[in-house]
Amino acid sequence: MNERTPVLDVVCHLILLAGAALVCLPIYFVFVTGTLSQQEIMRVPMSWLPGDQFFVNLQTVRRSANFGRLLLNSFIVACGITIGKLSISVIAAFAVTYFRFPFRMTAFWLIFMSLMLPIEVRIVPTYESAANVALPLNILGSWLGVQTLVDLDWNLVNTYPGLILPLIASATATFLFRQFFLTVPDELCEAARIDGASPWQFFRLILLPLSRSNIVALAIILFLMGWNQYLWPLLMTTEQGMTTAVIGLKKLLPQADGLPSWHLLMNASLLTMLPPAIVILLLQRWFVKGLVDSGK
Amino acid sequence: MGLRWPFRRLSAKPADDGRAESGLKRAHFKDWRLPFWLLAPQLFVLLLFFFIPSIRALIQAFQLTDPFGATTQWVGFQNFERLFRSGVYWSSVQVTVLFTIAQNVLTLSTALLLAFATNHILRGRGAYRTVLLLPYAIAPAIAGIMLAFLFNPRVGPVAHMLQGLGLDWDPNRNSSHALALIVMAASWKHICYNYIFLVAALLSVPHSILESAYLDGAGPIQRFLRISLPMIAPTLFFLIVINFVYGLFETFAIVDATTRGGPAGATSILAYKVYQDGFVTLDLGSSAAQSVVLMALALFLTFAQFRFIERRVNYSV
Repeated sequence: MNERTPVLDVVCHLILLAGAALVCLPIYFVFVTGTLSQQEIMRVPMSWLPGDQFFVNLQTVRRSANFGRLLLNSFIVACGITIGKLSISVIAAFAVTYFRFPFRMTAFWLIFMSLMLPIEVRIVPTYESAANVALPLNILGSWLGVQTLVDLDWNLVNTYPGLILPLIASATATFLFRQFFLTVPDELCEAARIDGASPWQFFRLILLPLSRSNIVALAIILFLMGWNQYLWPLLMTTEQGMTTAVIGLKKLLPQADGLPSWHLLMNASLLTMLPPAIVILLLQRWFVKGLVDSGK
Repeated sequence: MGLRWPFRRLSAKPADDGRAESGLKRAHFKDWRLPFWLLAPQLFVLLLFFFIPSIRALIQAFQLTDPFGATTQWVGFQNFERLFRSGVYWSSVQVTVLFTIAQNVLTLSTALLLAFATNHILRGRGAYRTVLLLPYAIAPAIAGIMLAFLFNPRVGPVAHMLQGLGLDWDPNRNSSHALALIVMAASWKHICYNYIFLVAALLSVPHSILESAYLDGAGPIQRFLRISLPMIAPTLFFLIVINFVYGLFETFAIVDATTRGGPAGATSILAYKVYQDGFVTLDLGSSAAQSVVLMALALFLTFAQFRFIERRVNYSV
């Protein structure tokens, strides 16, 4: 097609520029506000140019909210969720697609069912499960009348496993890997067999390298998801030092009484959005592939 | 028999016993110990943090527990009756419906406009796409906080502009302003997601059809409305479902970080109310009953979602 549409071209660029402004302006204002002082943010109209208080605010945020620790926690939780979910999913998908064994379909449907209920709809009992992982044993014990089992207590509140484990219990990744494995040519498996490879060798030497691009794409999405979690860390952490950066922001929110500290909040917001933003900017191509492929 | 490698029992023919099993590779292994260990971690985590909590939510919905968990009483459908008779709950339902529909319309129409523009231009596509993806990286809570700041009646630059236009903007007191604020925050965060899918879908519309329409004299807008849009309909349906799931369940953070359900319950969407009743007012029975209602909703939406994912795959969009 050799079409000339100069007017429409300009309109399209204007639409996209407006869209880009819609995305960038709020982020820019976060940056500007994070560099101003308490007095400067109260001035009307607010400055459109950054001030010189960025590092001063940074120091205040770091000291008053222990923000360095919170960022580290976010990083640990996001990586834990990514690695945990990828590893349990990829082997589970391998099991249901490459093995014939009793209850194969039962296992598949059990995993599949977990796609259906987001954690938001079962927060109270999920919290109870994490607050005491031994709860099922206790219930079983009281049913059977075995008193020694009752009152077992294994609390995951304020621990990294408590922040990570309940969030890796979802089957999106398993489902995605299963879909991918179904497209892998059968000849590869047959050839591996002829060469005398064990299932584990086939998985490690052939299937895993083939899935590399899926793994990277999914890892990006899972990292962002883990970093940006809100509800779960909000429930699972009561100690200031164990919470994540996103939850730390909530504590910096201006209170009704006292001077509003928007400059500190925006400074901290900038720190918190920076790592995932860098991930997206650097790995954009992979990320889009992962998103469109997984439909998640 | 001793230890035997499952590989020797690999079957290379399509199902030895004459019937093909769904989702099983033609070349597969027949061991049952190894897959058991491979599935064990996934199923164990699911059991602890998915199945047991889900079943307990179902049971709790029929129980009345005092806030300290000391006594539990079986009350049948009483929690549900109480819930459906509660005016607060129905106003929360109303807010949720309004919120999800407004968010869906705003998100999808903006994303569609941006996707059309991206598809039409030739230069700078990559740059626009990268910038428009950024909101995906930003936590919903931060998107909420960011917009709460911009629209803060005391310090927010956008609020000042609105006040300059003569609008008495105050989301802390005016309930429709508060609702508008969370709709904007939720949409801002989610437009990029819709946009990616729409750009990908538009790219896969067959070029030959567009070309023949061009030869018949159809302009770019006409081609978009008459050809591309109907052809990406499965993606549109898929996105509508996804937007509802997002609006219902993933906007908790936005509500909690910006309005906390206020003023006077004006932004207390269903997912937020479950949390409030369960963890703030400690009405566990009601919270569990609400969970069950939401579960039913989630099941319905997941079902719809899979229907459309299937269709998306079939059309290889």
